This record gives sequence, structure tokens and C-alpha cells, in this order.
Amino acid sequence: MSTIVEPTIFELSSPGRTGVTMPASDVPTVDLPPKDLLRSELPLPELAEVDVVRHYTRLSKFNYSVDDGFYPLGSCTMKYNPKINEDTCRLPGYLFTHPLQPIETVQGNLVLMFELQEWLKEISGFAGVTLQPAAGAHGEFTGVLMMAAYHKQRGDTKRTKMLIPDAAHGTNPASAGMLGMSVVTIPSDERGNVDLKALEAACDDTVVGMMVTNPNTLGMFDEHIEQVVKLVKDCGGLMYGDGANLNALLGIVRPGDLGFDVMHFNLHKTFSVPHGGGGPGSGPVGVSERLVDFLPSPLGGIVEEGDEDIEPLYGFVTPKHSIGRMKAFHGHFGGGLVRAYTYIAMHGPDGLKDIAQYAVLNANYLQAKLRGTYTIPFDRICMHEFVAEGRFEGSDVRALDIAKRLMDYKFHPPTNYFPLIVHEALMIEPTETENKDTLDKFADALIKIAEEAKSQPDLLHNAPHTTPFGRMDEVKAARELVLCCWLPEGYDSEK
Amino acid sequence: MTYIPISPNERDAMLEKVGVKTLDDLFDAVPKKHRFPELSLPPALTEMEAAAHLADMASSNESVREHLISFLGAGAYNHYTPAVVDHILRRGEFYTAYTPYQPEISQGTLQAIFEYQSLMTHLTGMEVSNASHYDGATAAAEAVNLAYAQFRGKRKKIVVSPSLHPQYREVIRTYTQGLGVEITGDGEAADLEAGPEALTSQVDSNTMLVIVQYPDFFGRIYDYTKLIEDAHGKGALVCIVANPTAMVMLKTPASMGADVVVGEAQPFGIPLWFGGPYLGFFTTKKSYVHKMAGRLIGETTDNRGQRSYVLTLTAREQHIKRERATSNICSNQGLLALASAVYMSTLGKTGLQQVANLCYQKAHYAAAELSKIDGFGLCFNDTFFHEFVLCCPRPASEVNEYLLEHGILGGYDLGADYPSLANHLLVAVTEMNSKEEIDTLVEVLKEME
Repeated sequence: MSTIVEPTIFELSSPGRTGVTMPASDVPTVDLPPKDLLRSELPLPELAEVDVVRHYTRLSKFNYSVDDGFYPLGSCTMKYNPKINEDTCRLPGYLFTHPLQPIETVQGNLVLMFELQEWLKEISGFAGVTLQPAAGAHGEFTGVLMMAAYHKQRGDTKRTKMLIPDAAHGTNPASAGMLGMSVVTIPSDERGNVDLKALEAACDDTVVGMMVTNPNTLGMFDEHIEQVVKLVKDCGGLMYGDGANLNALLGIVRPGDLGFDVMHFNLHKTFSVPHGGGGPGSGPVGVSERLVDFLPSPLGGIVEEGDEDIEPLYGFVTPKHSIGRMKAFHGHFGGGLVRAYTYIAMHGPDGLKDIAQYAVLNANYLQAKLRGTYTIPFDRICMHEFVAEGRFEGSDVRALDIAKRLMDYKFHPPTNYFPLIVHEALMIEPTETENKDTLDKFADALIKIAEEAKSQPDLLHNAPHTTPFGRMDEVKAARELVLCCWLPEGYDSEK
Repeated sequence: MTYIPISPNERDAMLEKVGVKTLDDLFDAVPKKHRFPELSLPPALTEMEAAAHLADMASSNESVREHLISFLGAGAYNHYTPAVVDHILRRGEFYTAYTPYQPEISQGTLQAIFEYQSLMTHLTGMEVSNASHYDGATAAAEAVNLAYAQFRGKRKKIVVSPSLHPQYREVIRTYTQGLGVEITGDGEAADLEAGPEALTSQVDSNTMLVIVQYPDFFGRIYDYTKLIEDAHGKGALVCIVANPTAMVMLKTPASMGADVVVGEAQPFGIPLWFGGPYLGFFTTKKSYVHKMAGRLIGETTDNRGQRSYVLTLTAREQHIKRERATSNICSNQGLLALASAVYMSTLGKTGLQQVANLCYQKAHYAAAELSKIDGFGLCFNDTFFHEFVLCCPRPASEVNEYLLEHGILGGYDLGADYPSLANHLLVAVTEMNSKEEIDTLVEVLKEME
């Protein structure tokens, strides 16, 4: 039997205990539906409010978060989440408006959406933006659907091939896979750029397009990006940009200016929407002129022009060849759009450029501090992140061990084992919201760990030592597949 | 420099270590002619100014708490959320953490989501729940992906009830446009008064999935046991899109034999928020777990013998399987799954039963009183939960305009989605609607010309 550190909410339940109760009914009582339509029991917990608060407070203390310390997860952009955003997104006018209210009663929401669309267009250099997608992967799916619809609408039906660099996020091939496209992997060259020869060989009239992350997952800005775009466009393909790494480009370069046709934004990375322990995200998509007619519907827009005296009426429009609806209602309005709007409003053009510049400075500074101790396979000026190898000559210490040992030094580990093209990858993205002291201490810890790897490797193999929990048996989890608390005594499952 | 904690001196020292002179020198790889664009954006606001600006925009909305009496539902419901929920959500340990890929320092998120999975399986009666999807509509679309994968694409047809939420049907169509799937059952000619068995005749050996809603979009409660039996007889799977508040009271979809039960858990502690973010729940039978998309948390033990939790069966997911993954899904609605778990725990069995009963009682009072008004009546005679279709003497759009003049959101105008129901309003009543509000609605409608 394993030790229980914190009981589950079911184990804490005691029959007859009550939490928040509801007012008595103020209407005459009617009969419930016939018995054969009712459930016979409801096996849910019974607790007092204080039980619930203490349970979740204790659980929260098992988490490491951005508010606790440095969280350099590569490609995740774990920047500080400003507190003002938490207040603005909870203003009653946002919290308590129904998505199907008449547009005249929600002009505040619609203006916010319209302006955010305009701002994202300006930041990225695109002609249109949809705010509907719920997350980055959802935005990717939206983008790939639009690419497919574009070719189909032109009667160009033989395009079934999506080109994807080997450094790409796994969502890219999975998004193409959801439309039954075949994926052609394009290798990287020795400087971390797309291999132009391989790309040229793959370009033909069956190409839907190419999905590129730039800067890529090695943290490298592709030095031949204009040639990459040209090769894909010359064969009739469309360019998809994965916006996961947009934090490096704010005010630096606009993907639309480079010739990209479509890109998703991760408002939860670049624009400070908190990650929430895995979501919700928010993944708006920007498109070039040739794809604006294919955007999902409904799309925020002006439905009645204003003039000097009258404000325009904001509402929703349907693009001519829209791929349709990606989710119910209008996107992650409260949790995503309001926070991102607040963030952009507080930065302005110069503040956005600062973000990218300092994100890139911090990454390069860390890279410089670690050079010599860790192998950096693609070693040049990086963008917002870089990749080091988590292995040492003559040592059996692996990236995983280094990651776990970092927890003992009170740091969240970097992303590891990604990108797949680097052995024992440690992918480090500090973001702009860290100070020099933190970066110095983190570099010192990694340098110390490199020494430990030689002197006392078992210290790393068994790490972490100082966290509330040690390494997990992942094989057991997958083999036994316990996905649900056992019901406490006294409950019978209805089945 | 709003959130950048680096002084000019520190910056210069760091630039020197990197070996460049200025920040701009870090961007030589960017094509020169596109480098450093002038962005035409409003100048930066301070926090004080931003707070005022956002509050100003928010206050130009008319909310269902401050300005309007609301009987609008149709997939998003105005419920009371206990104060505890937001206090827990505001803990930075929860909301500023990432996906729990490092379980040693993420047990808070992992155990909370494991408990969410457990609560959802007990609510639906199903065997497994994933860690959530974007919303109810995309969860329904993922049910189609599960069925498609289950039959390896050999069955190509899905039968969709015409009384499934119109936006869910749209999303299913968007999601499946690359799969060559035939979608039947919800055409314009569909008989909205026919019971669920009317779908049976369309289920054949090419059908992978039947999708119905519970209570359906019109609020009606059907027992789908017979439909499911018949569909299973043809080898098809059945997905029920269920309302969580209704499930507190009603027979579980699992006891009817459903293979997949999904839905929108916004009613469980998530604000209306103009449509999102919400919480799609997804539950199924254990035998389909490998075909299910989304994250999954399983129980295990750490190397100190402590019970603990990890992300499991990740081999199904995109970062491993890439183009062969069942879905490209990467995130879940983590924080909102936590919200619903706290909501369910704080209200508990008793509080949830009170909510469900209040919804039912008040909706029936409203329906009875409204149908007494000349020219108004209930469209269907079936048993309903907290939403019903009101037949009006004039187009629903006109009734709504009239009600709005009196500060009332009347309900959802069904004419846009169902041409035969142009004079019909879908009216939702929850515990938030007092008898006085319902009586006001009735009085105002009585005086409609």
C-alpha cells in the first residue's frame, strides 16, 4: 500500500455534511419527472466549505508555478502573468454577459474583440484575424482547414502534401493528419535552418503548403526564410507560421511581411494569458489577403458604419467562403481575449518591442553562461530560446536526470527531449520577465549539476530529493490505468 | 518596460557577456528590409489607465446580473457560483502553472484533475473521463473522431439528432470536412416532434456514431435506451451530449447504454463570460480509452511509496504520434476543470440536488404561467428540465425586441436555426430567476400588443 499524502475529495467526504446551500424554492412545487427518468443515486462528495478550501489549498502547495519562481520551459513562454489581467477579466460586464445576447447590449465586448483583431493584424502584418480558436492546436487546425479550403475552392484538388521541418512541434503534423494530408518531413541544415535543397526537392504541385515555426524550436531564426517562402509559393503552396515562438518577434519582424499566409497566436504564451495548469489557452489565427474569405464564422466586424456623431455598431459577419464554426460561441473571450487586450494596451508599440528584445537578450545571456559546460549543437545568436545537450562525455547522466535535479535547486526544469533532432535535448526559454540574478543562479545550478554528474551521478539519477514527491512510476500508471477515485464505502455504482 | 526586471546597467553587462553592443544587434538574422517595423498601435497605458479603460468598456455592456433579467440559455446558463470557486482559482500556484509534465512538482494540478475525472465519471455513470476539451461542441466533434478511429475509417456515416444544439452540429461539420464523412438525421425535413426512435431507421451498417442531446436542445428529456439498443444492433456507437445540472437529477446516460457522454460543464462554476472559455467534458467506456483524444491522468506511486498522479497513455498524443495521433489536441481546460471540481465539491451532493430541483421547479412554474397567456403556449408536450419552447403569437425576434425594451432577455429565437419555429422562443430558467422575475416576464408579455 502506498502512503496517502493528501486524501482525495471522495475520501474526505462524510455523509450528511453540507457546503454551500441554496435558497428554498419560491414557486409552487410540481411533481418531478416519472421515476424511470430519475437517477437512483448521486455518488458525489459531501463536505463542509472549510474542508474544500483546505483540501485545494494543500493541493496548490504541491505545485510549482510562475508565481513561485523561474519556469524556463522551452516553447512554452512561461512569462509572468500580470495581476491586473486577473481583475480586468473579472469585471462584471464581462463575467455576466451571455454569448447570445443581442449585439446592441454587448457593444463593450464587441469593441474589445474588434480592436484586438485590429491590433493582432498590425502586430503580425496580416489582413484578417479570427479570435475563435480555443488554443494553439485549435488555431493550427483552423489554419490547415483554411489552406485546404483555399485550394479546393480554386479547383486545385491534387494538393495533399504538407511540408513540415523536422524541428516542428508535434501539433503541426497532427493538425495536417486531422485532414488526412500526408506529411513530408524536411530536415534542418547544420546551422539549424530549413535545408533548402531538401525543400526544393519536395516542392511540387501536390503541396498544400508548409508549416514553419520561425524562430524554430532550436531557437534559431531561419537565415533563409525568404528563400523558403519563395520556394513554397512558387510551387503554389501556402505558408503556415506556427506562432508559438512569436514572443521573439514582437516589433522585430511581422510574419505577414515575410510572406506567410496564416499563423496562429498563442495568447497564453506571447500575450501573458496564464497557462492555468494546462489550459484554457487561446489561439487566434491571422491570415493574408488570399485567405480572409475562408476565416471561420462568425467573425467580429462592423455591421453598421458610424459617422461623426454615431459610434459604429459592432457585431458579427460571415466570410464568403468560411470554413465554418470551430467551436460554440465566439472564442475564449473572458479568460483569453480580455487578458491579452489588457496586456497589449499596457505595452504599446515600444513596449512590445522591449518584450522581444529582452526575451532574446535573456536567452542569449544564459546561452553564453552555459557555453563550455554544456554542448550547444546549434551555436549562434539565438532568439528567445536555445537548446543544449543534457549529456556529458563518459557519463550515464541523462537530460531527465538534470531536469529532475534542477528541482532540488528550486527551479522548474526546461523542456526536455524536444526537439527530437537534438540528443538529450534541454530546451531553455527564460522569457523577458526574469532578472539577471535569477539567470545567474540558474546558470550556476546547471554548472554545479554538471560537476555533480561527474562526482556523484547517483545524486542525479535519484533526484529530486527535496520536493514533496519523488519520481513517479509511469509504467504502473499506464498498466493499471486507475483513472478515477474508487467510490468510498456506502456508495454503490449505479451500473 | 512594464514587466521587465532588468536595469540599464544589468542590460549592458549582459550584452557584453553575449558579445554584442546593442539589443538591436541580436537580430541580424532577420531580413533587413522587414526588420523593426513601426507598429501603428495606441501608446501604452499605465495600469491605472488600463483598469479604467477596461472597466469603461465592460460597463457599456448590459449584463444579466446588473441590468437585465435573463431567460436566455441555449448552451450557456446563468447559475450561481459559490465564492470559494474563484478564491481557489486565484491561487497563483494553480493558474500560473503549466501542463503537469513534471509530476514531482505538479501534484496539485494532477490530483485536482484526477478528482475532476472522478467526479465526471460518477456524474455521468461512465467508466473514464479525460482531463477535458475546449467546450461541449468540440467534445462532441472529438466523439466523432473517436468513432472514426474505432472503425478505422471504414464506417463513414454519422446520424445526428436535429435537436442537437445547432452550433454543435456546425462544429461537427467543420471538424469532419477532411474525413469524407456523411452526416444525416438533421436535414431541414427532419420531424422535430418525432421521438428519438425516429433516428433508428437511419442507422445502418455504415453508421459509426449516433449523436443525441440530453435534455435535447429544446429542453426535452428522452430515455434513449431503445435507440441505443437498436444502434448497437447495427454495430454503431452512440454519443449523448448531456447537461451536467440535469444529470444531477436524471437517469444517467451510462444506464441507457451510451458509449460516449460529452457536454458543456459551464453550468458548473464557470461564468457566462460572453461565451468562453468553457469546459467540454468527455467520458466513455474503458474499452475506448485508447481511441479517446485529450489528456488523461492516472494514479501511481512515487519512489518514496507515496500515492501520486501522472499524465498517462501519452503515447496517443500528438507530441509522440505526430501525424498518426487521434487528435492534435495539446491543451485541456485545466483551470476550468478545477473550477468545476471545486463547484461540485462545495455544493456537494445536497447543494447540487438543490440547484437541479430549483431549476426544474422554476422552469415548470414559468412554463405554466406563460402558457396561460392568450396566444402563447408550450410547443411540445414532452417532459422537460429547465428549458422549454414557447410558441408566441408573433415572430420570436419581435417578442425579444419588445422584452428587451422592458429589460428582459426573453430567450433564444429558434427561427434562425429552425425555419418552422420562427414564432418560437427557447426559454431557460435557473435558480437565479426569482418568482418575481418570472412574474414580471409573464406580466410584460400579457401586455404585448
